[in-house]
Amino acid sequence: MDKIVDASLVLVLLVNFFMLGTSRMRSVINGSRSQGIALALVSLFVHGGFAWQALVIAAGAILFKGWLIPRIMFQAMRDVDIVKEIQPLIGFVPSLLLGALVTGLAVLFAHSLPLAPQHVGSLLVPTALSTVLTGLILLTSRRKAITQVVGYLVLENGVFIMGLTLVHAMPFLVEMGVLLDLLVGIFVMGIMINHIRREFSSLDTTHLSQLKE
Amino acid sequence: MPILLFSAPLGFALLAALWPGERGRPWIVTIAGAVQLLLVGYALTQPALVAWGGWLELDPVGRIALGFTTVLFAACSVYVPGYLKQRSEKSNRVFAACVLAFQGVLTVVILAHHLGLMWVAMEACTLATAPLIYFNKNPLSIEATWKYLLVGSVGIALALLGTFLLGYAVLCGGGEPTLLLSELVEIAPRISRSWLHVAYVVLLVGYGTKMGLAPMHSWKPDAYGEAPGLAGALLAGGLTSGAFLAILRIFRVCAAAGEGAFARQPLIVLGLMSMLVAGVFMARQKDYKRMLAYSSVEHMGILVLGVGIGKLAVFGSLLHLINNGLTKGVLFLSAANIHRAFGSKSTDEVRGAWGRVPVSATLLLLGFFAITGSPPFGPFISEFTIVSAAFSTGQYFVATSFLVLLIVVFIGMGSTVLSVVQGEPSVAGGGVATSERWLTFLPGLLLLLLVLVLGIYIPAPMQRLLHEAAAWLEGQ
Repeated sequence: MDKIVDASLVLVLLVNFFMLGTSRMRSVINGSRSQGIALALVSLFVHGGFAWQALVIAAGAILFKGWLIPRIMFQAMRDVDIVKEIQPLIGFVPSLLLGALVTGLAVLFAHSLPLAPQHVGSLLVPTALSTVLTGLILLTSRRKAITQVVGYLVLENGVFIMGLTLVHAMPFLVEMGVLLDLLVGIFVMGIMINHIRREFSSLDTTHLSQLKE
Repeated sequence: MPILLFSAPLGFALLAALWPGERGRPWIVTIAGAVQLLLVGYALTQPALVAWGGWLELDPVGRIALGFTTVLFAACSVYVPGYLKQRSEKSNRVFAACVLAFQGVLTVVILAHHLGLMWVAMEACTLATAPLIYFNKNPLSIEATWKYLLVGSVGIALALLGTFLLGYAVLCGGGEPTLLLSELVEIAPRISRSWLHVAYVVLLVGYGTKMGLAPMHSWKPDAYGEAPGLAGALLAGGLTSGAFLAILRIFRVCAAAGEGAFARQPLIVLGLMSMLVAGVFMARQKDYKRMLAYSSVEHMGILVLGVGIGKLAVFGSLLHLINNGLTKGVLFLSAANIHRAFGSKSTDEVRGAWGRVPVSATLLLLGFFAITGSPPFGPFISEFTIVSAAFSTGQYFVATSFLVLLIVVFIGMGSTVLSVVQGEPSVAGGGVATSERWLTFLPGLLLLLLVLVLGIYIPAPMQRLLHEAAAWLEGQ
């Protein structure tokens, strides 16, 4: 059980780096999708044994993060006909280095605080923190609206991992509410992406700089 | 009863979304406002309201927030038909439904005593208000909505992370993890301190973003500048108050854990920084709607500063929550009327509003005096309470900075407001030169009267409620 959990978490970490280093939007969206599926595996096995709650959360993660949201993103990508992130604000190699740095910091941070006995030696908390930070890097360093939304998704994935440490405190109704909010949020962002393209004939958010002092 | 409080506006939202006629739909909002006012009025007379096994509970701070946000919503709901009639070139289906849905989910935020549920409702508030900001559907409003969505989503995602970290802090303290506020307060002394500190900071950044505290305020001037004034009033009076309530509840847990002193420091820093940023950007501000946004940043700063100072300032802060919410309604609604009359929101083109829309111009001017803390309006009392508490507890630096920044803001805001209302009416811009309708200025007038009354006399039950809420917050 623990092996599956740790392997899935390592996958999440590797995908973090993959997304930081690639310019192809299709790969970035697929990256967030594979993270969603890995998260479903983690939520299934993290507490040892199958609880129906864990089953529902895993199903929700696969449905939303593994299927619906990537679909919305791919649809948006086809609509606007853009396949690559060119000239991000922080280059791909520097982003990778930054990613490595924040992952190291996340591990150090998680070790410097007292962990609950069942999480000592587990990758759960460091992976959560490092995925949140990776999402922040993606979100702030990319120019295209779609990649920014994927950055937000990665951030949310990190938060989701943190939430898995306390399945019992988060009743599955709330967990479902969180996933539903995420879905609606992505849906609204998808609509906005379409409007951005129609108005500016581009998805480059550097066009969105009229409002300033 | 608590369930009815939020399901009523949500039901009306559904009705508005399905209603076929463009002309009748705005009146649904008005009816919903009246119904909500009656429901909340009745709910506030009830001694205790609990539902869903403690998930929904009306605590003293919640009573305060529920009361004034409903009054603000009711005033806005009267404004809606007049406003949408003037914007009849656009479909009002999404607008009306979103206004109602927003009030519904905001009520959930106010009632929620489960931090997870509160988060879900707060995120729903963000999503319900995005279409309101986008109502004008032009490049500038796209930009404002995009920034609002992205910055707001990151902020709210961090708030969720903080919520989980708080749960983890309980787990590390050896307790059964819970996110129910009453249970958290009970087991607070046993929570792991280091994780509690981390959780508090992350939650403060997260909900602080939604509140619009500097330096996380970047979405605010854009969103308030481009959104219709009505949406600005609901955001500045409702949404940000909901986020403040979330911070208050986290503070309650910290206070119960005996970490009140730790929790106060960042509040003072963020509070003063927000006032400073607002003061700097309000000086020479030509866009009077952006100016109102910075005024909101300032007053959110004052709210957290009051809690940070402690003692009687907490009372002042809670009173200021009411005063600020109501006055923001006056300011945004009157600014919206001026905006429509002149077709511009820059002081380069808008002058002499007194000549064209006298009532709205007067309301804007009086609202400006009220919000900057001039007697005899309500904010004077609350700001005075905060500053005198700061002096009496020996926090001289905080008190002096507070006073200096209030003066800076007064001067900056005053020069913009005066250049809007005074002088010969300008002819530039493409506004509609119609006479004012009572539907568009009456809500602002009523709100201003309330603010005036609160400055002269605070009813005894309200005074008692404020003291009770301040004591609740400090864990007494």
